[in-house]
Amino acid sequence: MAAAVELEGVNVTFGDFVAVRDANLTIEAGEFFSFLGPSGCGKTTLLRTISGFIEPTRGQVRIGGKDMVGIGPNKRPTALIFQNLALFPMMSVADNIGYGLRVRGVPKHERDEKVKNLLIQVALSEHGHKKVSELSGGQKQRVAIARALAVEPSVLLLDEPLSALDLKLRQHMRAELRAIQKRVGITFIYITHDQGEALTMSDRIAVMNAGVIEQVGNGRSVYAEPRTPFVAAFVGENNQIRGRVTAVADGMATLDTPLGALSGRNPVGLKAGEEALLFVRPEALSLVPTGTPNGSTVGFDGEALDVAYEGSVTHVTLRVRTGQKITATVGGGVVPVSGETLHIGFKPQDGLLLARAASH
Amino acid sequence: MTSGPLQRILFAVYIAVFFLYLLGPLMVMGVSAFNTPQYPQVWPIEGLTLDWFSQLFADQDMMYGLRTSLWIGVLVVAISVPIGLAGAIVMTQIQPRVRSAYYLVVVSPVLTPGIIIGISTVVFWREFTTMTGTRFLYDGIILTVIGQSSFISAYCMLIILARLQRFDQAQQEAALDLGASYPQVFRHILLPFLQPALFSAAVLAFLSSFENYNTTTFAILSEKTLTTVLAGRVRQGSTPAISALAVIIVAVTIVGAIAYELWKRRADAAAERRLRAAQAAEESELSGTAAPMAA
Amino acid sequence: MGATGGLTLVFGLPLAVALFFFGLAAYERRMGLATGPGFFQRNGLAVGLYLVLAVGFWVFFVIVLPQFSMVDMSFRPKLPPAQMGGPKDVFTLENYRYFLFGSTTSTSSWNWTHLKAFVLTIGVSIAITLFNFALCYPIAFHMAQSAGAARLRILLLLLIIPYWVNEILRAFAFRVLLSSGGIINKLLLGAGVIGEPIDFLGADVGLYMGLSYAYLLMMVFPLYSAIESLDKNQIEAARDLGAPWWHIHLFVVMPHAKPGIASGCTLVFMLCAGALAAPLVLAGPRTLWFTPIVYDRFYQAFNWPQGAAYAFILLVTCVVFVLLVLKMFRLSLGEITR
Ligand SMILES: Nc1ncnc2c1ncn2[C@@H]1O[C@H](COP(=O)(O)OP(=O)(O)O)[C@@H](O)[C@H]1O
Ligand SMILES: [Mg+2]
Repeated sequence: MAAAVELEGVNVTFGDFVAVRDANLTIEAGEFFSFLGPSGCGKTTLLRTISGFIEPTRGQVRIGGKDMVGIGPNKRPTALIFQNLALFPMMSVADNIGYGLRVRGVPKHERDEKVKNLLIQVALSEHGHKKVSELSGGQKQRVAIARALAVEPSVLLLDEPLSALDLKLRQHMRAELRAIQKRVGITFIYITHDQGEALTMSDRIAVMNAGVIEQVGNGRSVYAEPRTPFVAAFVGENNQIRGRVTAVADGMATLDTPLGALSGRNPVGLKAGEEALLFVRPEALSLVPTGTPNGSTVGFDGEALDVAYEGSVTHVTLRVRTGQKITATVGGGVVPVSGETLHIGFKPQDGLLLARAASH
Repeated sequence: MTSGPLQRILFAVYIAVFFLYLLGPLMVMGVSAFNTPQYPQVWPIEGLTLDWFSQLFADQDMMYGLRTSLWIGVLVVAISVPIGLAGAIVMTQIQPRVRSAYYLVVVSPVLTPGIIIGISTVVFWREFTTMTGTRFLYDGIILTVIGQSSFISAYCMLIILARLQRFDQAQQEAALDLGASYPQVFRHILLPFLQPALFSAAVLAFLSSFENYNTTTFAILSEKTLTTVLAGRVRQGSTPAISALAVIIVAVTIVGAIAYELWKRRADAAAERRLRAAQAAEESELSGTAAPMAA
Repeated sequence: MGATGGLTLVFGLPLAVALFFFGLAAYERRMGLATGPGFFQRNGLAVGLYLVLAVGFWVFFVIVLPQFSMVDMSFRPKLPPAQMGGPKDVFTLENYRYFLFGSTTSTSSWNWTHLKAFVLTIGVSIAITLFNFALCYPIAFHMAQSAGAARLRILLLLLIIPYWVNEILRAFAFRVLLSSGGIINKLLLGAGVIGEPIDFLGADVGLYMGLSYAYLLMMVFPLYSAIESLDKNQIEAARDLGAPWWHIHLFVVMPHAKPGIASGCTLVFMLCAGALAAPLVLAGPRTLWFTPIVYDRFYQAFNWPQGAAYAFILLVTCVVFVLLVLKMFRLSLGEITR
């Protein structure tokens, strides 16, 4: 089976501004694939390039193995769910869903049959005759999905479809979207700036920053094995400490930092003398009274500024010697008191070294 | 902004004077339509009569003019609304650097005195039809329609443009994405969206055409419309039959305005109902009773 | 206009403009200023053609070329049809000379009747514009800012009813009101205020009132919609700060309503200066007004070139007025034609 979508050296520029830079990517058929990145990083632009609203300035988009150059959005086997849904307000729910079939010239009875099935699938059977403005946010969402699925696209593109929804509903819709994707079995390309969404739903994630795809991998790998400082900082909470590499050995490296010598894993192969950033997740930090450091950890002292007790865990914000703030998430047991000075420690395996100013 | 009792009284007096000024003359004229004297007279009421109405309907010229006016009105709607629509769409698509020049040209008829539009239309089409050997086009009705369309199209454009600027481009893209062709997008998405504005534009175009005098009187040549016949009658002298015509026009306006008001209330109520339905759906969804999606 | 020269212009101008747009589009595309689908791609061929043809017809055959040929005619002598385009059909200022001096050749004496009518028309139109503004501002403000919803509906209805009564009938209503046997004279006579009926119409009072009356609503609606968009809180805030009422109007409401004021004023002025119905119905025998003179050039004197010149003078006056208003209020055309 051909890959669903392939991007090869895709660049999109607006005047002098490069919105997407040299995107190379293969998205497999049947995959739930997410683009994750902050607002303005070029996600929508990339999605619109795949759906045909934007022609890449350079590079090639292939869908199902076929080059898409010169093929308009209405001729591509993709369907797009817009950020604001773009439902047609003057049509009923059923007419919205059947619109793609109508413009394809599908006979009315056949169309009605299919719309009825889709309405059942998205649990809106009783709402077919209603105007879109009579529906709740979640129902509108489902109409948009049914409308897109009606044309049986081989790729469904979703542009932050949940961002307008209430938080609780958003959680619920995540599961639903995932379930729909499993059921229909087509490729979903999903855009979001919300890492929770990307991590819970996707088979694979591409993390984007300023028009560049920085890393592609499954949720675990982008969280646990970030390859660039941006990915490390953007996906999940992270603490970062600057320093210079002093020694490397066995995939580990030691770093000279203003807080003393620290060490961590060195997956990108930094060499002694290079500028580096050390990343440690809050949950990897342990807090113990000063002067009782555990032999297997490295660390430094800090003063607890803010303690947020959440029952099973406690979030602690600490200030270290340099004035930098460090956050730690510690399990039950002892709850630190704010104002207390503590030793912040972590196992070198939980520290991650990445090159400073890595990609650009 | 009224606070003290004196200010309140002054303001009430002002409102009374304003509406007396606005409506008084029409009422006076209206009363004279039912009074018997030959010359439009309000007081004393010498006897009630509907003769002036029957005289009005018996006036062949007036009735002929009325038919022409209605006909011209329909033609103006048929030309101005499509032109106004095209003008508005072009306004949103034209290159930014020439947009203001284009705007200047197409709204200039709104700020040009009607007689000048009438004059220029006649002058141009007389020459043009002579030069091209299409003299049959040099006809009062055609010229009036063209002349009126000049500024009425601009009114239509402004009305349609106001709505077009609220058009969500994503709607068009969504339709394209679902496989619609460009003409289909225009028919299925854009036109229905603009429909309320097109309707307002059509009504306004018809009424503007029907009541127009300044442009018409030049462009009409040897034809007659209601307003040009009326102007002739008024010039000849005052008769209560003219007041009777005014009464009819006011009555039609009132009926139209009330019908519009009722229709608008119903539309508002329907929109309100839909909004409440949406809110109810939202609440039931948030309280977790939303129907789960079928597996 | 010579026949071939005229035809070249009539068809050449639209063609030239079409070429210009074609060139501009190609240039912008090459410079990377325009991206995305082109005009015909974006609208489809059928709709694209409709747009181009409809707007082209309107702009050239309904707006620009007629204006142009009127101006062109105003600079040509009056000739019998056979001689048009012949050797005698030359550029001339005689029609404008006639306006100033009452003769196409001599410049020895001024054409006082026409000049006076012109100046009076402009002056009175300005005065009526100001009067209507003063009269309409309070009610527009009241409707926009302090009237309740129900009251507003009634007020709007009361305003809309007279709006669609045409100018001739409105003028006629004033004639019924003001003629020597009209209700006002009867009332005044009855009350013993006067012994003889007053000739309102002969004294031009009727005309001026009729004009003001006819275009009252053209002032109310633009003012109303402009003031309506002003946030009520701004007025509240100004009042809390202790600003006197006139201060609030002068420095809060009016600056905000500038586009509406300018729009109402331009409309009323243009309609007054170009009014034909009211002078026709309400003018006395000695009344001076410019538009009937223009009309007579065409249909009494049958001197079309002269009529065209007079019309052009009126047009230029209106354009100058609009420009002055825009300049005075520091507005753009787009802001007053909303
Ligand atoms: N048509 C356009 N012209 C110029 N700049 C654009 C255009 N569309 C998007 N951009 C710019 O490209 C960048 C990426 O935008 P977008 O793809 O919408 O980001 P995202 O969806 O990730 O928030 C933004 O800085 C935006 O301003
Ligand atoms: Mg986006």
